[in-house]
Amino acid sequence: MKMKLGTMAVAGLMAASPVMADLVFPSLSYRTGPYAAGGIPFADGYADYFTLLNERDGGIGGIETRVLECETGYNTEKGVECYEATKGEGSLVYQPLSTGITYQLIPKATADGIPMHTMGYGRTSAANGEVFSHTFNYPANYWNGASGAINYLMSQGDIAGKKIALVYHNSAYGKEPIRTLEELSKKHGFELMLVAVDHPGQEQKSQWLQIRRERPDNVIMYGWGVMNQVAVQEAANIRYPMENFIGIWWSGSENDVLPAGDAADGYKALTFHGVGSDFPVFDDIQKYVVDAGKAAGSGDQIGTVLYNRGLYAAMLAAEAAKTAQEIHGTADITPAMMRDGMEALEITEAKMTELGLPGFGPEFNVSCENHGGPGLVGMTQWDASAGTWSLVSDFSESDMEVIQPLIEEDSAAYADESGIEASCN
Amino acid sequence: MLYREAGDFSTTYPQDSQTFPIRFDRYRYYVVLAVAVLVLPFVMTDYLVNSIFLPFLIYAIAAIGLNILTGYCGQVSLGTGGFMAVGAYACYKLMTAFPDVNIFFHVILAGGITALVGTAFGLPSLRIKGFYLAVATLAAQFFLVWLFNKVAWFYNYSASGQINAPERSVFGIEVTGPNTEAWATYLFCLVFTVAAAIIARNLTRGSVGRQWMAIRDMDIAAEIIGVNPLKAKLTAFAVSSFFVGVSGALFFAVYLGAVEVGEVFGITKSFLVLFMIIIGGLGSIFGAFAGAAFLVVLPVLLKVVGVDLLGWPTDIVAHFQLVIVGGLIIVFLILEPHGLAQLWRVAKEKLRLWPFPH
Repeated sequence: MKMKLGTMAVAGLMAASPVMADLVFPSLSYRTGPYAAGGIPFADGYADYFTLLNERDGGIGGIETRVLECETGYNTEKGVECYEATKGEGSLVYQPLSTGITYQLIPKATADGIPMHTMGYGRTSAANGEVFSHTFNYPANYWNGASGAINYLMSQGDIAGKKIALVYHNSAYGKEPIRTLEELSKKHGFELMLVAVDHPGQEQKSQWLQIRRERPDNVIMYGWGVMNQVAVQEAANIRYPMENFIGIWWSGSENDVLPAGDAADGYKALTFHGVGSDFPVFDDIQKYVVDAGKAAGSGDQIGTVLYNRGLYAAMLAAEAAKTAQEIHGTADITPAMMRDGMEALEITEAKMTELGLPGFGPEFNVSCENHGGPGLVGMTQWDASAGTWSLVSDFSESDMEVIQPLIEEDSAAYADESGIEASCN
Repeated sequence: MLYREAGDFSTTYPQDSQTFPIRFDRYRYYVVLAVAVLVLPFVMTDYLVNSIFLPFLIYAIAAIGLNILTGYCGQVSLGTGGFMAVGAYACYKLMTAFPDVNIFFHVILAGGITALVGTAFGLPSLRIKGFYLAVATLAAQFFLVWLFNKVAWFYNYSASGQINAPERSVFGIEVTGPNTEAWATYLFCLVFTVAAAIIARNLTRGSVGRQWMAIRDMDIAAEIIGVNPLKAKLTAFAVSSFFVGVSGALFFAVYLGAVEVGEVFGITKSFLVLFMIIIGGLGSIFGAFAGAAFLVVLPVLLKVVGVDLLGWPTDIVAHFQLVIVGGLIIVFLILEPHGLAQLWRVAKEKLRLWPFPH
């Protein structure tokens, strides 16, 4: 009954507006729940970029795009429901923005032949395209992040013999960097201390008491949603020096530091793309999207860190769709063609400049062997008085010597578990 | 006119004491079963099965399990999520340790292991009752989730702490893993749900069930008339946990395929199943089904209406969903404190007299 109503509604919409087939980009967003602070700006950025493409360029390759939003609440069950509800509409690529949902969808999407792009999250070993044929996580992943943080600390001084704490969301997401950090601690001789925070992370008194007692030289945080704000506030409460506190890119948005006010000044976070709204593309967004009254959500997130990330994700998806259109010589692409486009994606400085995003992210090529991109990681720092994030380091390479064997090992374990023959063809 | 016993004569005691003594009711039951087994598999789609039927069938088993403990034996439990996690992790360990054994037996064994764990956590019920027991089972919930997060052996030392269901088949047809057909997973769960309902129904109207109900209604009186509270309470915990464990195993292996214990089997799951039996009706097998259907289907229905038909923003719909589901729960409990099952009973009474009420 419901299916019928749903299809009738869709059919009605189709009949009302005689457009050709459109390119569907599902957005499994979460604008509710304890992770909404992160979910809203990302979803807004993702939607606004596609609106911009429709308004300014008439879509991609002459075909309009359609963002199909489905609310997951960061909940895996709802995520699966959203996936099933949207996959029938010709969805080209899934970006669930949740590591839990990603784990859920990797086998399903692969079986259905729909690619997934988990930019800076998800299963890190999906960087090995020989095993994970339909999952991409360029341009950087969790293990690049962990290594990037350690590299940054090493550039600031010797870390041998120091104590570094990892405050992590006690889930698949937060546990991802542990193995990398363990390897790195062996290699560089620092002591690793693990501090888990349970979902949703609203209560962290005991964790920060432990940090206060053990006095680690640095704290690295893998947090998300409300957990970030609480952690920054708690760190301020125990007067932990903010410049020694580094968050992963999911713990480095305005929402995370603003509640702590001036106390958050100097807090650092990793990133893999540019910050701020000082890029030409934002003028176009103002002109074609905001002024036209078509901004997603309440339109107050433009230029924030996570909005930029959503924008970047949409830009990479749109470029992959363009690449797919070129490869297959047709504008109306299927998910299988989209996958080919993603695997052949090439991002150059010239291309980014043309799109109005000069220097926004790294230049990279995707190949079947490497679905993970170059893994270049930069460091940003929060200035509480100006209320801005600014880059304090260049985008630099992470320690692939440590990461690559881990990727091989984990993807081999997955291939073994699910009976996948690793190959590139 | 409907549901009338007129002209429906029982000539033997078994006839008189069967589950559906009224002929019309019995045929209705057969029709429902026939539709579920013979018709629905052919119209099953990935969407229908994953967003409605699998959660409904699996939650129905969990609700039957909790209903035995809370509805029939009167022992309040907030540990359902934890016990479902036991079922899921037991199933995972069995699936990976004995890949050659059929998944069907793994699910049943997972239920058995959960029954043992549940009995152990049921021991405090001999000393404490009511709210205090609820708190003791709450401790079980938190302890079990913590355990599965902490001890890496349970998730085979995987880096992410997630458990993933490998591909397993029944009669050569895959029922777990990504390459399953919608109808196969549906039928697999249907078998367990129907079996659970039939077993639970027959347990609760036999001597065991009467002992449970005696304990529920007044434990001291029950003890005086010769009901052994130790046996009654622990069997209730064991049987209840068995069903909850089976549902947890199916939830992990067939429905989700990958599970992270803190998120999937957290305290919210315990409350969800408890709400199901309260809304559906305590002490009723039909109530377990009605409650599961209500809480699984209603959110999906609201979403389809709000997002697909009315085109509202997804966040507004998600917020309204909470308001409407919450409001309906309150309305139902005010209008009919005994749940949907009582509503159904009243409807049947009305139908018997219709169209000529007194």
